Amino acid sequence: MADILTAPPVQPGEAPESILQEPLWKIRLRLTRRSIAANWKLFVSHKIGLIGLGVIGVFAVMAISHPILMSTVWDPAVYHPVTGYHAVKVDKLVVDVVNDPTTEVDLTTAQIQSNPFIEVGDTLSIPQQPAPPSLGVRAGIDRNGVEVSASHILGTDPLGRDVLSQLLYSTRAAFFLGMIAAVVTVFIATAIGSISAYFGGWIDTVLMRFADLILLVPLLPVLIVVSALFQISLPLLGLLIGLLGGFGGTAIILKSQALQVSVKPFIDAARIAGGGHAHLIFRHIVPNVLPLSFLYMMFTVTDAIALEATLSFLGLLSIPMSWGIMINVAQSQGYFLSGTDYWWLLIPAGLAVSLLAASFFLVGRAMDEVVNPRLRQR
Amino acid sequence: MLKYVGKRLIQGLLLLALFLALLYLLLEAQPGDITQQLIANPQLPPEAQTMLRERLGLDQPLLGRTFNYVVNFFQGDLGLSFTQYPNTVGQLILERLPRTITLFLTATLLSYYLGFSLGKIMAWKRGRSFETALTLGGVAGYTVFYPWFAILMLWLFGFALNWFPLGKFIDVQEWTGAAVTANQLFIQLLVTAFIASFAVLAIHIVSRRLSSEDLGGRVRSIGTPLVIVAYVLFWWFNPNRVLVGDLLHHTALPVITLSMVNFAGVMLLTRSSMLETLREDYILTARAKGLSERSIRDDHAARNALLPVVTSLVLALSFVIGGGILTEGIFSWPGLGQMLLNATLLEDLPLATGTLGIIGILALTGHIIADVVYMYLDPRIRTSQ
Repeated sequence: MADILTAPPVQPGEAPESILQEPLWKIRLRLTRRSIAANWKLFVSHKIGLIGLGVIGVFAVMAISHPILMSTVWDPAVYHPVTGYHAVKVDKLVVDVVNDPTTEVDLTTAQIQSNPFIEVGDTLSIPQQPAPPSLGVRAGIDRNGVEVSASHILGTDPLGRDVLSQLLYSTRAAFFLGMIAAVVTVFIATAIGSISAYFGGWIDTVLMRFADLILLVPLLPVLIVVSALFQISLPLLGLLIGLLGGFGGTAIILKSQALQVSVKPFIDAARIAGGGHAHLIFRHIVPNVLPLSFLYMMFTVTDAIALEATLSFLGLLSIPMSWGIMINVAQSQGYFLSGTDYWWLLIPAGLAVSLLAASFFLVGRAMDEVVNPRLRQR
Repeated sequence: MLKYVGKRLIQGLLLLALFLALLYLLLEAQPGDITQQLIANPQLPPEAQTMLRERLGLDQPLLGRTFNYVVNFFQGDLGLSFTQYPNTVGQLILERLPRTITLFLTATLLSYYLGFSLGKIMAWKRGRSFETALTLGGVAGYTVFYPWFAILMLWLFGFALNWFPLGKFIDVQEWTGAAVTANQLFIQLLVTAFIASFAVLAIHIVSRRLSSEDLGGRVRSIGTPLVIVAYVLFWWFNPNRVLVGDLLHHTALPVITLSMVNFAGVMLLTRSSMLETLREDYILTARAKGLSERSIRDDHAARNALLPVVTSLVLALSFVIGGGILTEGIFSWPGLGQMLLNATLLEDLPLATGTLGIIGILALTGHIIADVVYMYLDPRIRTSQ
């Protein structure tokens, strides 16, 4: 502690503030920085947390890159995640008997599709959607039938929209949703947990029984029915998940932590020094519960991402585009069991949901080991 | 103990009433007015509209309507389905309830049994590559996007490998001209399974009361397989063997898929719970006594590590139920979850809310069972009266 308070010994009669040679906020800042550094060291010692952080970083770059790409390189008419359209043209050889459907087309189909005078041996260029992934620039037509060339690194979806653009756009939506849900959950749960632990008595009983009730209700079926009754947009969904999480399980966990804090001697000391209820709760109990709150923030993000993807997979949300909707489109357009043949319709979106959810979960687990000293390996 | 169970039951009923009241208020809170659909037909004269309003109880204040809804629900009157008109919601639910309970029950039991067995071994072998691989697999299973995972499973085992049918409950061709309906046979299957598991339970209880430990072990190791063999033989020589096989064939993949995902969470939790118990003093004592590794692991550590895992059942219920609904939807397995999804998409509100109410009852029952099991397992609570 000596280097924190580099001050001469206290003279009797002197005001305590005057013995500090630097302002209080600077000391606080240094203390905070030091504790962050210590915790960071602990966090870094767990590889899983670092891997999680790395994956989150990659996704963050993806989320930022979408608006930049849209305003610079990508033409919105082609690359817009919802309204873009580009049908890649594929040249196929007209033959009598089709051996390889990717490069050949039989005569009757060709005659029906383009011109009736086409003959065996001619090549026919057919607009293709979904188009398979390819790195090169490919010719095709846009919504108005005009010839446009564009590249589709992850191919196009059954409606002729660029999969990569959809994937990047949805990343932003996922972060946005996760953030709202996590902040709302943690704000409510910390407040409820601290208040419940501090006051006890009937306030505690009412709040905790309410938490029991919410915990009891299975989240997914309730959200399914609610989405039938109301229009649910992305911020509203975040708010709903946040409210249900904040008043439910997370509040119970944070309350038990707050209960441990509220019986510590320094709370009594602060009370004797004349601290009011609000001062005690928000200046003394809440700061000691916050580390655990941040931990549950991570788990809330995991849940929120999975829930949003599930609901939009079921087609119950009114949002323009998300990973769940990408899978929903692939399913509703008949590529449900396409497996490896149309892998770019199902795999990137599903993998993105799973990876982002998993990385927040991993960060949470690593933080758990920082916050809970009991879990550290001997 | 009975007193505690009774108290929990009464609390549960109160919670259920509260839940149903909230459900009804949700219906009332939706934009527009559902009741106007029934009443505000311009071709009806005003007197008829008033009469209809009174007959449906809509002239009462909000509190009275809510009370009516809850009372009707408890009396089993869930209203009429909009989309399957002559059927009441109660009939539709009763038809599908056994299937959903089976799906939830088998998946939960399977995932808890496997998850607990593997989790304790993981904790025991902490730091080896075996543990790392399983942890990564567990995290992947726990956080995988479930509908996507189910689609991939369906594609792999149903389509590419063609081991299981692609969905539905029965193969209609095999059932044409059958003397029994699928539901009758399914319930027979369930009842016999219950009898068999009670027999196994009875063998376990009796064998633990036997005077010598050796004899008890022998009774257990002979009795349990005997019951299972008897069960299999009973259905093998049953005239409906083919049909039962068809039912099981359709049930297998949804159960396996749901269990795989739930199992991961249980495994991870058991591992961390086990790691905490392994640090206790009584484990050190057990080691000092020179007990075998297996005895320390299974009898001393795992028993105490089980408690938090059972508590987690309460939290996991919501997860299992959500997963069950998605499973039924994706495998088009006609249970309550699929009905809820379809009713929601078709805006059949009585059916959707009725199903949600029943799912709430299922969750509540699971909640109470988990509480009672916890109490039974924790001697500090069991013997405290």
